[in-house]
Amino acid sequence: MKLSDIAAELGLKVEAGAQGLDAEVTGGYVSDLLSDVIGNCTAGQLWITLQVHDNIVAVATLKELAGIVIINGKQVSANAVEKAEAEGIPILSTQLPAYETAGRLYQLGIGAD
Amino acid sequence: MPGKALFQKTFTIKKDDFANAGEASVQIKNILKDVGFDSSVIRRVAVASYEAEMNVVMYGGGGNVRLAVNPDNVMLVVEDKGPGIPDVDQAMQEGFSTATDEMREMGFGAGMGLPNIKRNSDDLKIITSPDSGTRLEICIRSSVSGTEEN
Repeated sequence: MKLSDIAAELGLKVEAGAQGLDAEVTGGYVSDLLSDVIGNCTAGQLWITLQVHDNIVAVATLKELAGIVIINGKQVSANAVEKAEAEGIPILSTQLPAYETAGRLYQLGIGAD
Repeated sequence: MPGKALFQKTFTIKKDDFANAGEASVQIKNILKDVGFDSSVIRRVAVASYEAEMNVVMYGGGGNVRLAVNPDNVMLVVEDKGPGIPDVDQAMQEGFSTATDEMREMGFGAGMGLPNIKRNSDDLKIITSPDSGTRLEICIRSSVSGTEEN
């Protein structure tokens, strides 16, 4: 499923990196620990997190993730937005908590991989 | 390391520079992509490089990462000016971390850095002392394929 379709289904707000919304999402991963994501996420996954600082973009770029979903209505940092635009990494946001975001992705047929 | 590297580049890593942390690893990844390494090798280098870079930023007081692309491997030599690692065996255990509360709030300090480096490398040497800081020699074996792209 394309990230743009997921964004529409879940009502996600696009904060940055709209040029990457065509990406095919292969799975999802929920974590707020960067080393966990760097170690265990796989390319094409959508990363659900409450981290909002600019280093999340480096992690997503290095792991070739489909995008990042910021939960709980948290505001992503301006630096992260700038970096995400430069790298073409979509950052989306939702008012939903992580559990519900992951659950709704699962209902859409997005599994762990 | 015998033989001459096909390509070498040194990246300077600044102490506590969270804003630019990870940039060297992104550049290293792009270089390896341009050279034509297959993506599984690039992904392993990216993980090892990122973790090593973050360690230099957070604990090493700054330093550098030297990338050497050789015919059958990628070498990362990472040096910092920090206080050294008092107990390497302990630092290699997943979950052990000396991160500050501030680092943990940012999602660092999971105690997975060195284990992630070890897991993604074929050979890892750690040379560390309180006087001269820490030096990691990370070797990831590979061949330049130029055919695979995903």
